[in-house]
Amino acid sequence: MADEKRMRRTPEEGHVEHLRQGVCYLPLVDIVEKAEEIILKADIPGTRPENIDVNFEDGILTIYAKVDPRQEPGTQYLLREYGVGDYHRSFQVSEAIDASRITAEYADGVLTLHLPKAEAARPRKIPVQVSS
Amino acid sequence: MARGPLASRDPFTQLRREIERLFADVFEGRGFGPPPWWEQHRPAVNVWEDQDSVFVELEVPGVKSENLDLSVMGSELSIKVHYPEEKLEGATYHRRERPVGDFARVLRLPTEVDPAKVEASLENGVLTIKLAKAEAARPRKIAVATR
Repeated sequence: MADEKRMRRTPEEGHVEHLRQGVCYLPLVDIVEKAEEIILKADIPGTRPENIDVNFEDGILTIYAKVDPRQEPGTQYLLREYGVGDYHRSFQVSEAIDASRITAEYADGVLTLHLPKAEAARPRKIPVQVSS
Repeated sequence: MARGPLASRDPFTQLRREIERLFADVFEGRGFGPPPWWEQHRPAVNVWEDQDSVFVELEVPGVKSENLDLSVMGSELSIKVHYPEEKLEGATYHRRERPVGDFARVLRLPTEVDPAKVEASLENGVLTIKLAKAEAARPRKIAVATR
């Protein structure tokens, strides 16, 4: 599973993307592969389930989350170490995935995706018969 | 060495900041900027204030309230965050970017705050701390008497 974009960075460093409107951030992710599924966890704090779009098409998994500003636009920050904005990241999934059974949940600012492997991609144990 | 009220007290961080500031000056404000937060071993914060309160906000996705430890003394706010680690049997990690373990930070606030009037709320991975300024630190309107 290769991802197309780098990690989330602060806007000052210029590693954010400008798409749709405004600034987009890249969420930090954990990607774990198990025998029967791939689990993807993405840190997307400060949004709601209805504002998250997950798309899987032609082996490309795309996550887009809209994040509303939490402070008034003119807020004078004494310290501003991170920016707040929408999240976007996409991944190329080489493994065959059963797209109809993908599930997603959002809790404590973390999006968890379960990508079940297609039947053909799962390891299968072949029992060896003993012939007498 | 001049430093703001919220500057880190870690001497190495201070030194790095100074060096970065020097470079930033040389390159007309186009410095290297602060390192990304996952390299800093501390949670990144946003801080702002109004007349009565100081607000501190942190993004702590995946952290439950029992994994947060906040304390206030004088004008210092201490924040400890524990990111739980999941153990998965028979699994292969392809990416592991999300933080795990303990992160701590002490912030020197711009004013004294009232330790009895601190509210913290955690919502969707965003921790917001509202600290009421101490009575002495609040602006007071002075009525001008006319004769």
